[in-house]
This record gives sequence, structure tokens and C-alpha cells, in this order.
Amino acid sequence: MGRVTPDAVEPTRTASRRAGAIEVGLVVEEPATVPPGSTSPGTVSPESAPSATVSAGTGAPDAGGPESVVPDDASPDAGPSDEEPAVRSSSTLPVAVTRSDEVPADDPRRSDVDEWGRSEHIRSIVRKVYDPMYRHWFRVEWEGLEKIPMSGGALLIANHAGAIPSDAPAIMHGIEEELGRPVYGMADYFFRTIPVVGTMWSRAGGVAAHPDNAYRLLHEQQQLALVFPEGTKGPSKSYADRYRLRRFGRGGFVEIAMRSGVPVIPIAVVGAEESMPILFRLNGLAKALKVPYFPVTANTLVFGPLGALTYFPAKIKIRVLDPITFDVEEGLERYSKSRIMDEAERIRAQLQDALHDMLRQRRSVWFG
Amino acid sequence: MGRRVLITGLDTFWGGRMAQALETDPTVEMILGLGTREPKVPLERTEFVRADQTYSILNRIVRATQVDTIVHTFLETNSTQVSSRLLHEINVIGTLNLLAAAGSPGTPVQHVVVKSSTHVYGASEKDPTWFREQTRRNAPVRTQLERSLIEVESLVRDFAEDNPHLTVTVLRFANVLGSDIVTPISADLRRRLLPCIAGFDPLVQFVEEDDVVRSLEHVTRHRIPGLFNVAGAGKLPWSEVASLGGAFLLPLPPFNPRSFARPLIRLGLVQFPAEMESLLRYGRGVDTSRLIETGFTYRYSSAGAVESFARANNLRRAVGAHEPGYRYEQDVEQFFRHSPAVVRGIDG
Repeated sequence: MGRVTPDAVEPTRTASRRAGAIEVGLVVEEPATVPPGSTSPGTVSPESAPSATVSAGTGAPDAGGPESVVPDDASPDAGPSDEEPAVRSSSTLPVAVTRSDEVPADDPRRSDVDEWGRSEHIRSIVRKVYDPMYRHWFRVEWEGLEKIPMSGGALLIANHAGAIPSDAPAIMHGIEEELGRPVYGMADYFFRTIPVVGTMWSRAGGVAAHPDNAYRLLHEQQQLALVFPEGTKGPSKSYADRYRLRRFGRGGFVEIAMRSGVPVIPIAVVGAEESMPILFRLNGLAKALKVPYFPVTANTLVFGPLGALTYFPAKIKIRVLDPITFDVEEGLERYSKSRIMDEAERIRAQLQDALHDMLRQRRSVWFG
Repeated sequence: MGRRVLITGLDTFWGGRMAQALETDPTVEMILGLGTREPKVPLERTEFVRADQTYSILNRIVRATQVDTIVHTFLETNSTQVSSRLLHEINVIGTLNLLAAAGSPGTPVQHVVVKSSTHVYGASEKDPTWFREQTRRNAPVRTQLERSLIEVESLVRDFAEDNPHLTVTVLRFANVLGSDIVTPISADLRRRLLPCIAGFDPLVQFVEEDDVVRSLEHVTRHRIPGLFNVAGAGKLPWSEVASLGGAFLLPLPPFNPRSFARPLIRLGLVQFPAEMESLLRYGRGVDTSRLIETGFTYRYSSAGAVESFARANNLRRAVGAHEPGYRYEQDVEQFFRHSPAVVRGIDG
């Protein structure tokens, strides 16, 4: 593309300008968080500032528990910045342009909602509300958290369970608290059709699982994206099938990781299955309501109508497996289907093994 | 010999603005504007021909004036202003006739620029966060406006295929806001009542009116072929549009909001065209990197476009809407353009 030079310079400038508004000491840290050698115009990651804040503030990652990390207050400035074409596209053109009156497009944004609909402000409120649940109800315990990189894109994949899955918020919350990196949770686009829920889901870091979205997040913005390859087949399975991984779709997640040139990091979650087990499903009602599944959970039997929102206090344990990289050229339109299916199946088997291993070590559903 | 440009819709906002922009370009030798009504902006040297979209006169005009460039801005994207039949006539039949005239054997035309809209992408829950030019549409086509624009684009695509020696440019503009343009959204903001669908706060994109004209001028001047999205950088939530524009949100129920809006539309309280419904649920964003790579620079981001509108609107609220200071009078215009008494080219 021949745009490498201005792009390599540009994100640094934008980022340091933004960081300057937050705290002067951070400017030194900034360039490190900018993905090197990125060539496409959308590379300035809106969240690069908060991630730098943490690495500057705590020094060592994971130092003494989540309370010591205060990453979020600095971020409202960072949200609205998408690419700023008026500033960045100045030179580099083959076409002679006579205009010299380059007025930078001022951005009078009032909220910090980014291009994905995520608001760091709302996210921090959600974290505050969810934190007691994370800490005292599910008592989430991590293993191998250091395998998640502090910078650069990675595709996190996990098993998915519970009528209203409790694993997604636990993983997102844990990584954001411990590493100070935002995690974009990719889920079925069905979410977007539900009033209020769809909007809140989006503000809290949810993104519709579309290959273009994943590529932009992972490759261009070098973010962490969390996907559940089982799709709705995971949470809709009944309790009898617990911890049996469903089919991993058509292996789309492998193809996206290959195209984006990022590693896949499998995450095994134990405990979510028991937090809201499905006894049986009402398929006719689901069809009538046009929802993927309509579960009747054990929670509703115990808590009544409140059970729709109340989890059992199962102990959640999360184990991060070794990152998997694919030795393929990135950026291709298509990859070998057989290679994709092989890799997907291999990852599925690994995840299944890890789950069995964790279940072997588990002595109690409630106390771990 | 300089460029000879034909602009359709001279009487519309875009045609007039585009003609004004081209008049400052010395390499443009002649500008001819077609319009069904008189132009609303003062023009120095643009020739105005009153013509509707019938084929025979277009063909004669193209031949007689030997235009090498056609800028087709006469596409209606505001479905609240015209009946659906007229919308079809203007957009589809008008484009059909124009392209037929431009593509007839021995045509002098070398470059055709068409102003389309990002409405062709629709809006649905299955959409990617950013549409690229080649991204497929997901939403079923339900509204007359979208149907007509999609048909226009397919006509243009066929035209480009049949005439490979011609340069064909299509610009898809996001929703426009700015100091002067009147759109359903700007009309709602001016009344301080912006409809929304309860429980949804979609991310939307805008392009400022100056950037619209500048991008049309850019592709015309540099003869850049291809299909381009045009929109300001970034997206912003609908609620923020209301707060930046100084309007209150009027929540409509999520189920069949159009029927609830209908009495309000009747009363003239809001404008809520059919194509806005899916936009207000799922929003829409288009990737503009392709146009930026051709050397175009935006002056306004999406939020900047809203801000630009809001400032003009503050002024309007303070001093009232200013009268259109110009009225087209045939004799006067003819005098200035053609009378030997007028000394031309002294103030350029």
C-alpha cells in the first residue's frame, strides 16, 4: 500500500496526544502499546490508553489482586477516537491535491461510546456492580492468566454454558480487572434485536459476531476478542450434557484468527454449567417468541420467577490454555477448509481434555 | 479545451452547491445545469436549462453541448418530500434516461458521477459494524427509497459494464447534516423532537454538507473511477445526536413504531420516513478508507457534522431563519451571461 511510514508515525502521535490529556507520565508508555507495522488506516486502537495506564500504574501485572488496579478512571477521553482521517490522511497520495486549508475535524463528542458501541464509563459501572458477584458469589479463580498477552490482538475462545451464560461476564471482568485490557465479547447478533438488553450488551463491550468485526478488532485494532465457538448450542444444552463440548460451528474462529494473524487462546471454564442448569427446553415457545431457545432452569424451580436472573453460587474456575498460533500467511480471503476443520477439532479436543482434568480435581461444585 | 460539465438537479441543494464549486475551477470551461425549477443559489456562469427527466431532450442536450462530464445529483433521498411514484420517476427513470443519453453511440461523455446513498446497505442486526463498499446488504429491501436507489446503482453498474471506456463514479453518502441542508433528521432536530425507538440507541454516522460537495468535486476533478462510501469519521449514539443537536428524544414503542408515529407525522410534529426505522434500531457505519486513499480529506467527523448543524441552528434560533437572498430571474441571468455590454472575466 505504500502507506507504512505515515501510519507508523501517526498512531504514536495520536496516542501520545490523547495520553497527554490524561497523565503526562504515561506518554513514555504509549508507543509500546501501539501495534507495530500496522498498515491499514483503522489502526489507532481507542483502548490503547487504558491498557497503558495499567502497565504504568502497577508495574508488574497481577500485583496483589484486582483492587490494586485502577485502570478505568483515565479512559473516558479514549473512547470517542476512531480514526481521524482529516488529520491522518494528509500526505502519501499519488493524486495531486491543491487544497492546503486543512482544518482538523474537531470532535465535540459528549459520550465515550466507541465505534463498537462500548462505553468505558458504562463498562466501569458494570464492573463495579458485578465485582461483588464475581468475588463473593462465584469466587472466580484463574489459572494461567499470564498466558493472555498484555498487548496485541488475540482471539479468546471458551466453552459456553448455563441458560444465561455466566462464563462470558466472568471472563471479561477477570481479564479487564487483572490485566486492564478491554475484552470485546462477540456473540450472536440475535442480542441486537432485543430492546434495552441489546443496547446495554453493546455498551458493556458486546459486539455482534461478524467476520468483518472480528478482523477489525483483532487485526486492525489488536484487541482481545472473546468468542464461544459452540454458539447457542452451548448454553442451550441441558444439564445431562454438561461439560460436553458441542460442535465448534464450522471452525470460523480458526479462519478469523488465521486471517488476522493472531493466536487463539482457549479458555476452559468450570462452574458455569451448574450456575444455571437447564432442565428442559420449550421449543414451541422458543419458536413462537423467535428466540434461539427457551429454557426451564433449576433456578426457576428453586427461586420462582426470580430464578430467571438468579444464579446458583457455583464456584467458577477458569484455566487459560497455551496460545495456539497458525503458521499461515495472514490476510487471505480463504484458507484450506480441511486445515481449518483439523485445527478446530484439535482445539476442541484440548479444551475438552482440560475440562475433564479440571473436573477430576474438583471436589465440590460449590467450593471447588 | 477545458472540461464541459453537465449537472442534473441544478435546482436542488446538491446541484446548486456543486455548480457553485465548479464555477471556481478555471479548468472547467462550461457548466450546464438541468433542473425542473429555477436554481435557488446565485450562479455566475452556469447555464440553466429547464428540463425534466425525459430522454429525448437529454440526448439532444448532451450532443449539442458536447459535455464530457455528467454529475448526476438529481436523486431524491428524502422520501418525505415526494410521493413514491415521483420518487421512482426521479430516481430510476431519470437515471435510466440520463445514462441512455450518456451512453448513446458517438457520445462525447467521458465521466459520469452519481450521488447515491448509504441507504443501499440498509440496516439489520446481522450487519458488520462497518460496511465496506463490497459488503453485501443483509436487510430485506422494504422501503421504496431503498428499492429505487438499489435499482439506480444496478443501472449504473450495467452502464459501466457496457461502456468500459468511460469513467464511472458512484458516491454513497451517509446521512447528511450541516448548516443549510434540510433532511428528515435535521427537520426533527430543528423542532427539538427527535424520534427514537425505545430500548435502542444505535450508532449512526453523518457527513457534513461541505464534505459532500467537496467529495463530489474531488472525484469529478481528478476523474476517479469506482464506488466510494462517503461519511465522517467515527460513529455516535443516537442519544448523543439529540444532545448535541439540542433536541429531546421521543421514544416510540419497539413494536411497530411507524404506526405510533403516524399521528405525530400527520400533526407535523416529527418526520419519520420508513427507511429510518431500521436505522434507529441497528444504526449503520461505513468504512471510508477507500475514498481517503484517493487523497480526499474530510473536514468534519460524524460528530463534527452534528456540531456544525447545531451551531447553524443556534444562530437560526437567535436571529430567525434568513430569507433566501437570491431569486432567479431569467432576463437578468441571460443579460449577465450573454450581453455584449457585460465585461466578463475581470473579477475572476
